[in-house]
Amino acid sequence: MSEMVTLTIDGIEVKAPAGSTVLEAAKSVGINIPTLCFLKDINEIGACRMCVVDVGARSLQAACVYPVSEGLKVITNSPKVREARRVTLELILSNHERKCLTCVRSENCELQRLAKDLNVGDIRFDGENKHYPLDDLSPSIVRDPNKCVLCRRCVSVCKYVQTVSAIETNERGFDTIVSSPFDMALKDTPCVNCGQCINVCPVGALREKDDTDKVWEAIANPELHVVVQTAPAVRVAIGEEFGLPIGTRCTGKMVAALKRLGFDKVFDTDTAADLTIMEEGTELIERIKNGGKLPLITSCSPGWIKFCEHNYPDLLDNLSTCKSPQNMFGAVIKSYYAEKMGIDPSKIFVVSVMPCTAKKFEVQRPELSSTGYPDVDVSITTRELARMIKEAGIDFNSLPDENFDDPMGEASGAGVIFGATGGVMEAALRTVVDVLTGKDNDNIEYKSVRGVEGVKVTEVQVPGGPTLRAAVAHGLGNARKLLEQVRNGEEQYHFIEIMACPGGCVNGGGQPIQPASVRNAIDIRAERAKAIYNEDEALTVRKSHKNPRMMKIYEEFLEKPGSHKAHDLLHTHYTARENYPEECSRL
Amino acid sequence: MSCKCSSTCVDTKAQELERIIDKYKGVKGALIPVLHEAQELYGYLPIHVQKAIAEGLGVSLAEVYGVVTFYTQFSLYPKGKYQIQLCLGTACYVKGAGAIYEEFKKELGLKGDGVTEDGMFSLEACRCIGACGLAPVIMINGEVYGRLVPSDVPKLIQKYRDMG
Repeated sequence: MSEMVTLTIDGIEVKAPAGSTVLEAAKSVGINIPTLCFLKDINEIGACRMCVVDVGARSLQAACVYPVSEGLKVITNSPKVREARRVTLELILSNHERKCLTCVRSENCELQRLAKDLNVGDIRFDGENKHYPLDDLSPSIVRDPNKCVLCRRCVSVCKYVQTVSAIETNERGFDTIVSSPFDMALKDTPCVNCGQCINVCPVGALREKDDTDKVWEAIANPELHVVVQTAPAVRVAIGEEFGLPIGTRCTGKMVAALKRLGFDKVFDTDTAADLTIMEEGTELIERIKNGGKLPLITSCSPGWIKFCEHNYPDLLDNLSTCKSPQNMFGAVIKSYYAEKMGIDPSKIFVVSVMPCTAKKFEVQRPELSSTGYPDVDVSITTRELARMIKEAGIDFNSLPDENFDDPMGEASGAGVIFGATGGVMEAALRTVVDVLTGKDNDNIEYKSVRGVEGVKVTEVQVPGGPTLRAAVAHGLGNARKLLEQVRNGEEQYHFIEIMACPGGCVNGGGQPIQPASVRNAIDIRAERAKAIYNEDEALTVRKSHKNPRMMKIYEEFLEKPGSHKAHDLLHTHYTARENYPEECSRL
Repeated sequence: MSCKCSSTCVDTKAQELERIIDKYKGVKGALIPVLHEAQELYGYLPIHVQKAIAEGLGVSLAEVYGVVTFYTQFSLYPKGKYQIQLCLGTACYVKGAGAIYEEFKKELGLKGDGVTEDGMFSLEACRCIGACGLAPVIMINGEVYGRLVPSDVPKLIQKYRDMG
């Protein structure tokens, strides 16, 4: 317990821990000081001046970084403070491209909210409006500097949380712009398409590449058999887009909505996650038995894969050769399912709904087309699916629960927990321990790999077998820490799970955007993960190898995990990537 | 790379850059001094130099570029043999720096900041150089000239042209 100090805020006596800020102390007594650039643990730089308060000093101070002290007297609501905040906000608005009606962030925009909260009627200043070109060359992320308020949250998350540093604050004064070096298009930088920048952007300056039109077109095309698959993290977050509390499980409603949108079949990516476990588990056991390259590192997260290709080319052989569940699913649909249903694979259109923007890049990888057709045709985010549901006039909250279609609609709890950090590891351990011991073990919850700690290490003693050393990292900064230890030989593991996004897919770059006011107060990663684990517990089958549907795919088609056919369809390879290629697009 | 001659030619500038980077490796706050020395070496900071510095110091290219574009003394483009830096800070501005700037543009045939076609002069408006007592003030290759009036400009240019 840290030392407490007593201060007064607007005449109210407040006790607050020494070292905390005026912003936090005010919040504890029900005073919401407006903020814009502040995002807890990510961007605490006191740059935007929206949160100024009077502490009796010569000038007003930024509450988000001003520490509390014994006897401090703070005024948060006086004509001087209100006018200062209003002028600051008007200046920010003066050169903001105010095309709010058609902005993707309308009604979920922190700037719009501030203008309303601060009762800004007229904007007294007419700023110099620059017209920067849009960077929409990336398959995942669109950058619109005309809407940027220079809060630097995206720069911080990219540089410090993800240690990618694809964007920076460049130039100065009125020319200041957040961009890639030398005005390169984001696609030609080490950007891994994780989309964390989108999730922290308070306005519409960063957004996903909208692919909903491609999906509508496919659905409307009578020639095509359109199949949709949904990742585990989507069902525990999509409700937020319709006003439901964070962590509401909406699996049944989501399936019902997808059916109403007109998809021919609504399938579950989790079935393919079970396939992934069979293939990856087999790969792990083989590598351990045959002295293969260890540690084996998971390959489900496309942001992580691109990061590895850029930064750890020496570890590419450690990556599991397994495709991600998304792409395993697509390959199975265009082979097994096509054969079973008697549909020409060229007439099958696979849409994936993912919590992820990097999946948009992944589906375009030329190597991911084992059947001669792209495994997946279009990948949309949770947010885009919500937009389609709204556009179609579907009243999401009043939908009845419906079930996924056969034969790719049944998954185990292991497939479900892929959506949270530690989930792939836990799912793999449930199967690997059973296979190694030849028994159906009851102890299936590996809680030491759950939770939001950056790097989690666990040892599993296989009865009568080896002790497996495993590590889990989420967020690429944490992955870097872990991999440096592996590279230097400081730590040795059999198996490592890495997910690019902090918290795993539940906090992916394609998930519903929660404003700073929510993110500063609760850990959305933990809330959504809770729903994932509840879904797992509610299922009777919780181990991948016990999923009857998936085992049938092996029986009828793939033969056995790691078979020649499985390798052709379900495995891939990786290539080292240059950080800034000579040939690049400039904006 | 900058060197376009035969493959046996040793790129001496690249070697020198490597020496500069090595000298500062592991030193905190090394980026700005390295950029200064690299700019002295090349005259400006093209992309391949910034890439080498980023790699050598273990920082991102984005960070290097951010610093280069923040400070006016760093340049992304080649500069003239004689570099004219003209202060447009508050004191110089009120003492008529605008007219001096216009005169330089006229005499050098430039539309704004830039380099003359013959590569002799580059003109660059800059922020306060800390010599407000001499306003309006300019620097040519580090040499300070103060209390200027527009008619001084052609004389100054001629002086440097004569130096070749």
